[in-house]
Amino acid sequence: MSKPHGGKLIDRTIKKETKDTNGFLEIEVNTNLSEDILNIANGVFSPLEGFLGCNDLENVVNKKRLSNDTPWTIPILLDFDKKGLGIKEGDTVLLTNKESGVRAIMDVDEIFAYDKKTLANEIYRTKEADHPGVANVYNMDDTLLGGKISLLARTQREFDEYNLTPNETRVLFKEKGWKEIVAFQTRNPPHIGHEYVQKTALTFVDGLFINPIIGKKKSGDFKDEVILSSYESLMEHYYLKDRAVMSILRTSMKYAGPREAIHHAIMRKNFGCTHFIVGRDHAGVGSYYGPYDAHDIFSEFPDLNIIPVFFRSFSRCTKCGSVVNDKICPHDQKYHINFSGKKIRELLKNGEIPPEDMMRKEVAETILKFEHPFVE
Amino acid sequence: MIKEKEDKKFTTISIPTPLAEKIKKRIEGTGFTSLSSYVTYVLREVLSGMDEGEEEAFTKEDEKRVKDRLRALGYID
Repeated sequence: MSKPHGGKLIDRTIKKETKDTNGFLEIEVNTNLSEDILNIANGVFSPLEGFLGCNDLENVVNKKRLSNDTPWTIPILLDFDKKGLGIKEGDTVLLTNKESGVRAIMDVDEIFAYDKKTLANEIYRTKEADHPGVANVYNMDDTLLGGKISLLARTQREFDEYNLTPNETRVLFKEKGWKEIVAFQTRNPPHIGHEYVQKTALTFVDGLFINPIIGKKKSGDFKDEVILSSYESLMEHYYLKDRAVMSILRTSMKYAGPREAIHHAIMRKNFGCTHFIVGRDHAGVGSYYGPYDAHDIFSEFPDLNIIPVFFRSFSRCTKCGSVVNDKICPHDQKYHINFSGKKIRELLKNGEIPPEDMMRKEVAETILKFEHPFVE
Repeated sequence: MIKEKEDKKFTTISIPTPLAEKIKKRIEGTGFTSLSSYVTYVLREVLSGMDEGEEEAFTKEDEKRVKDRLRALGYID
């Protein structure tokens, strides 16, 4: 099992809310920020203990590392409207969010300004506001707060039965006797190509950790409950019970391509995984990144300590009669059928079951049991 | 963002000249742009395994609490 990133699994939760928060200035944060607070508190973002300060931010932006040289590629930032509250460095503030029920305190070490265009250009490689990650940066307030947080409370939420912390996955992997674990990130129900990738990787390790990202979705995406049920179905019919587990990850997609691939690998390392599957155009959007930029970036991090498992594009070859990729199949493109998510979605939208060489029948039937499987 | 103070971010180390020459030859045509970038890469690789230390042991109580939850959720028998 991988050791936590930076050497120590962070736990910034206060077991009983005994701290008197009366008199603290309160900042109501959005749900994405509240997910960041939870991920800091339960160790998913280890070794972070809070929101980045100025020095760490500069290092992450310029060097892809924290100021202590630990690899870190995506800034975890708390922006706030300076005009509204009279917060000073040295204050303790209360961070709250209604949807997640998060209540956390933060010791404000630093209050500082930042350059949005530099941040966008370095993290996303573009300043264009059409890029969803850049748009988010431009929509942020102009001032950042840096400092450690402590989680006081959160509420029970939908899908909590699938929500394991790094401490819990580590115990789970140990109980299963897994030493090498490969993580697979997903935002969609599984088709045959996904199954091929997962099983190919699983062949060389002890266990598979399926880790869907749950949260804010755009219209036309599969609903979270559909993704989870479809994986349940696949695992029930086509995976050995002792070789695959699934747990969700609540975090927002940044669409930062290569930098985000490193961030995704770090989070899975904190869950205890030793390997991480990186596909074609991982965490990409539009044509902002090359198809294998998210593979190449791993060569910059000899000290990441999680092994990337790179997959190129894959398809079904009618001549081979199996799922192939461009490294193993000599046949012409005319024999290749791509696993088109769009095509599968269209068939399902019309209530049709996709062909069995695209998607398992059991998986398709599970999806079609939902009256409205897509986000409206 | 404040402009990076490069003088504080780097330090100088000495290595034997023949070794430096050997490294320069080795990195020709690779992605490494300087002797320093290669040495940094190698040192990070060597040190990374040692840096991460021993995992902190869970208390028996914590482990039991986690196992109980995993059992209740059907993750373990």
